[in-house]
Amino acid sequence: MNESIGLSETAAKKITHRDLFLVFAKIGLLGFGGVTPWLRRVLVEERAWLDDRELAELFGFASSLPGANTVSIAVMLGDRYQGPSGTIAAVLGLLGMPLLILFGVASFYGRFADLADLKNAIAGAAAATAGLVIGNGIKMARNMKPDIFAYLIGALVFVAAAVLQLPLLWTLLAVVPASVLILTVRNRAR
Amino acid sequence: MSPGLLAELAKTFALISIIAVGGATATVPEIHRQVVETLHWMDDSTFANLLAVSQIAPGPNVMIVGMIGWQVAGGAGLTVAMLAMLAPSCVLAFAAGRTMRRFSKQRVAVAARQALAPVAVGLILASGFVVAHAADRTALTIGITAGMTIFIVLTRANPFFGILAGAALGILAGRTGLFCLI
Repeated sequence: MNESIGLSETAAKKITHRDLFLVFAKIGLLGFGGVTPWLRRVLVEERAWLDDRELAELFGFASSLPGANTVSIAVMLGDRYQGPSGTIAAVLGLLGMPLLILFGVASFYGRFADLADLKNAIAGAAAATAGLVIGNGIKMARNMKPDIFAYLIGALVFVAAAVLQLPLLWTLLAVVPASVLILTVRNRAR
Repeated sequence: MSPGLLAELAKTFALISIIAVGGATATVPEIHRQVVETLHWMDDSTFANLLAVSQIAPGPNVMIVGMIGWQVAGGAGLTVAMLAMLAPSCVLAFAAGRTMRRFSKQRVAVAARQALAPVAVGLILASGFVVAHAADRTALTIGITAGMTIFIVLTRANPFFGILAGAALGILAGRTGLFCLI
């Protein structure tokens, strides 16, 4: 049985309020068009607070809760490392600077929205961001060393979300309870 | 701005917060339905512009909610809308995280974690392909996406360089007119 600790009590590394604030501020500031691609880069590759399996567990858990996934992850990691005040530090870090910048962008956007260079740059950056997301998914799958059943779950969710474009809630309601049931029985049989 | 309007903002986004499985991006259609079609706070093109601005700005996609609040009722609207959107789901995430940790050794919790990890990878890959489908309209953008995917999988270099290169290629293509980018 895997002993991963993505959502469980883990030997607390020395992660301070300041660390929480700065790390999530970095994730928030880097995320143009969504911050989730940067979660993996900063939390797994740069800081090593989590490994790929732990991040995937946390992300899967956050995805099945309502609300912004990255905000939920900031809430849960903040609490894990520093309790409720850690949650506040992480969420403020994630949202603080982007909110300030949003005001600036909002007031300037009208003036620059028609610039061809800006449009083209955004189109190019958006295409690169898609590559970042796909690359992250491939890396996570590789590093988790999935068994057949994990491949099956992942493929099922992918087809439902990307090909059939079913509402996420239905997909999760169908896939998660069934998988949990099957895995519980299988784990017991071992 | 009236207190009634702020209360309406708070009510609308608190309700959306509770049903927002999949985050703000997955909830955009529902937000659009409420804000444009039901409440008539703005027209379609204003909504599309706010969405574009919130995508350009850094930060989570939930910032679209702040932009709507700002459009409807200024700074107070932004604050009320963001708090209403974030507070319920943050409290829920906090409680859910603690519950999951408390029962982390239970059989069902172990199975739940085993199941959720591949679910997350499936979702991430799916969102990558959905974003690519929306972003990639030409050979150049498809090439950028493919190049970036390879760059990410094969190196541990900072992805920011890849994003920057994508933006630069976009400008270059537009200036030279070699590719019709958009």
